[in-house]
Amino acid sequence: MANAPTSSRFFARITALKLLNAFLGAWTLAVFAFLYVPIAVLVVYSFNESRLNIIWQGFTTRWYTELLHNAPLLTALKNSLLIAVFTTFFAIVLGTAGAWLLYRYQFRATRLIHALVSIPMIMPEIIIGISLLIFFTTVSLSLGFTTVVISHVTFCFPFVLVAVQARLQGLDPSLEEAALDLGATPFQAFWRIIVPNLRPAIVSGGLMAFTLSMDELIVTFFTTSAKSATLPIRVFGMAKIGLNPMLNALSAVLILATIASMLFSGNLKKLVMKSA
Amino acid sequence: MSASARKVDPARIEIRDVTKRFGSFTAVDRVTLTVEPGEFLTLLGPSGCGKTTLLRMLSGFETPTEGTIHIGSEDVTHLPPYRRNVNQVFQSYALFPHLSVHENVAFGLRMKKLERDEIDRRVAEVMQLVALQGFEQRRPHELSGGQRQRVALARAIVPEPEVLLLDEPLSALDAKLRRAMQIELKRLQRQLGLTTVFVTHDQEEALTLSDRIAVMNAGRIEQLGTASFVYHQPSTPFVADFLGEANLLQAEIVGREGEAARVRTQQGWELTIAAPENLNGAKRVVISIRPEKVLVSKQRIEAGNVFPARVAEELFQGATDRLTLQTSGGVKLTAIVANESAIREAIHEGDEVFCGLHEDDLVVVRADE
Amino acid sequence: MRPTSRSFSSRRAGLRAWLLLLPMLVWLAAFVVVPMGILLVYSFCQRDDLGRVVFVFSWENYARVFDPTYLAIFGRSVAYAAVTTVICVAAGYPVGYYIARRSEKRRNQLLLLVMIPFWTSFLVRTYAWITILKNDGLLNGMLQYTKLISAPLDIMYTPAAVIIGLVYAYLPFMILPIYSSAEKLDNALVEAAYDLGAGPVRSFAEVIVPLTWPGIAAGMLLVFVPAIGMFAITDLMGGARVPMIGNVIQNQFFQARNWPFGAALGVVFTLLFAVSYALLQRRRVWEEE
Repeated sequence: MANAPTSSRFFARITALKLLNAFLGAWTLAVFAFLYVPIAVLVVYSFNESRLNIIWQGFTTRWYTELLHNAPLLTALKNSLLIAVFTTFFAIVLGTAGAWLLYRYQFRATRLIHALVSIPMIMPEIIIGISLLIFFTTVSLSLGFTTVVISHVTFCFPFVLVAVQARLQGLDPSLEEAALDLGATPFQAFWRIIVPNLRPAIVSGGLMAFTLSMDELIVTFFTTSAKSATLPIRVFGMAKIGLNPMLNALSAVLILATIASMLFSGNLKKLVMKSA
Repeated sequence: MSASARKVDPARIEIRDVTKRFGSFTAVDRVTLTVEPGEFLTLLGPSGCGKTTLLRMLSGFETPTEGTIHIGSEDVTHLPPYRRNVNQVFQSYALFPHLSVHENVAFGLRMKKLERDEIDRRVAEVMQLVALQGFEQRRPHELSGGQRQRVALARAIVPEPEVLLLDEPLSALDAKLRRAMQIELKRLQRQLGLTTVFVTHDQEEALTLSDRIAVMNAGRIEQLGTASFVYHQPSTPFVADFLGEANLLQAEIVGREGEAARVRTQQGWELTIAAPENLNGAKRVVISIRPEKVLVSKQRIEAGNVFPARVAEELFQGATDRLTLQTSGGVKLTAIVANESAIREAIHEGDEVFCGLHEDDLVVVRADE
Repeated sequence: MRPTSRSFSSRRAGLRAWLLLLPMLVWLAAFVVVPMGILLVYSFCQRDDLGRVVFVFSWENYARVFDPTYLAIFGRSVAYAAVTTVICVAAGYPVGYYIARRSEKRRNQLLLLVMIPFWTSFLVRTYAWITILKNDGLLNGMLQYTKLISAPLDIMYTPAAVIIGLVYAYLPFMILPIYSSAEKLDNALVEAAYDLGAGPVRSFAEVIVPLTWPGIAAGMLLVFVPAIGMFAITDLMGGARVPMIGNVIQNQFFQARNWPFGAALGVVFTLLFAVSYALLQRRRVWEEE
């Protein structure tokens, strides 16, 4: 058995790999626990009778009812939804058109334009926030709904643009030519052929813009007014004061909404893929 | 859509002195070409020869830098693609993935704002023509390669174009399907009497399908003629080499004997060739002979030029044998002989043989003063 | 060479293309370029006693930025962000790598589990930790209930709490890019390393890490840069005890009302961001070559 030492080393290695794999699995489990335990606690304690989180005092849905009757929070939610809808619309228009034009034509400054587009994506939010605040003050645009939408569109549309651009790379470049060849004008070719084929990217980019807008705190912080305060602004204010079971309830609702929209978009993705 | 029901007659294409430059690169260089109504013309050449650019100027995706293009009586040089009565089958087919087969085929008719009934009737007709009835509601990704190809073809012919353009439409198919589609394509083109311009780099496809072939190289048309003429009488070494296979021999003219000329190759071989008129005054020539025209036998054979040679290499190719012959003068010739070993005396590597070249098969592809 | 095949579909932009792109360009100019310019201008201005901006050129704000107090805050912000990034890489790398090595079905399930916190509002997630770590929060409650401690531990409003909050907020941003580059890693390369005699540690250090570096670098960008300027988490988890650059900037704009100084802090922060971005980008390009 001349090769005995080699083969035992070989088995040692296999065992080492198995151990490594087990370790990685355990580590992943631990990280998931770290990510989910606080969320789970938050949701569970949203049903706790006690105002304090320390001890379970019995099941209640009281905080959810209170949430439904809290006017400032509901107004903030309405503001957030409205802002997110407008933001998503403009982000989709700007992002889709921009992606198509940058893909379709060679602009003399294509690289510069791409760099410009990426700035709002990578720039720290606080810089975007203060520069827009100073800008709105300089041009005497009073802070409120409009300024928040402008700020949100500014950092959201590049995400749509990037998503659409990725999809365009995978599209047959002859599709547009085929449409033109069959008598479609450039606009018809874009609207009837290109846009339907970009739909999955537009949907996911739009969803991204919507979520980013709904969750945004920092930029909004600098560009909003008390009247147009968004949900994150209100939540931030409340969380600063201290614990509030209503916040637990609200958080639970928001988490549920996130999960639902993710499952929905996953299904949507599948649906679109099936039909495309 | 029978030929008689067509409302649009096939048109003549006149390309006059067309040049297309991309920056400093000249893709198409002063090309003049007329395609007759109903003709099947092939632009043949290696990639980068300008054939695709020329086609794209016909469809309107490129505008000539110089020169004009007429389709029928209309000057279309600067007309955008959607204003031309020309339709194209794309190399990738470019079927719209989000539309059904029916919607794909109907697209061009809808762009023409035809009535719904009319659209449905014509789509049904063309689907029958390409034998795709029953597939109307499928999506392109649910079709096989050959079916997609037929949808692309149906989509291009249903608007009744004056000219049909085909950009390597068969290149994505496997060999067997390609042959079947060649036959179908030719049948349809004949039946509809469409003026057709076909772009390919596949010489076999060009020979099978075309009424005339324009062999292109470096932006120019090297030779234009019927398939058999271009094959048998290549006018340049490039054409001889690109279209089929060719043995090219460089030689010097040493004497004239009426209709024939005596030449001596670089290696000192003397050959008699048929001398066309244009050879007058030429001193050096390049001669081409097709491998299948090289006669090979163990017995001495009757031909204008006969030489002893040795079989340096033999390659079995199924129906044929490919032989590399080494002549005593140091010339290497490729010969392709029918593989009928039962009847024919078997020829093998190392055999001493005679090779014969008929005068008429030796074609002058270049003559220099 | 086929210069022709795409030349129509990506031909030179004419007047019409420029006109169509104009809205986006105007948007970027008006709401990105011009505001940044004004920020720069403000940073050289002064303010009067009422907090109004006086347009008189001065280096004063920058001199103040380099005052030890503020330098210390900058240093602290960078240090906290760096610690957060290191913890995220250490905790997130095994997860991203592990997920990438699973079967496709399992991979998608695990990815969904990363995506949910990724898309959940960071405020909600930060609040979750507040309910746990507060003096009257769950952790202290449990510890006291089980008589492990007699007085509540002060965890909230300590550097540790801030780090926990930052790591918790940014960990998914590290896992996802690491996952996507680990997923592209050809398993044959890892096997080749084993085959050539490298043990798990050496193949990890010499094959796996270099090949997944683009993901690590992208994750570092996504964590480090925002973590420097993040003021909400430090506000909520650290209170006023550990002010970060983000808190100071925010303070200049709202409480202290010294916009020019806030702008100067912003400009310096932008430079800091640009440098770290360039460094990480450059390393990435170099690695990919």
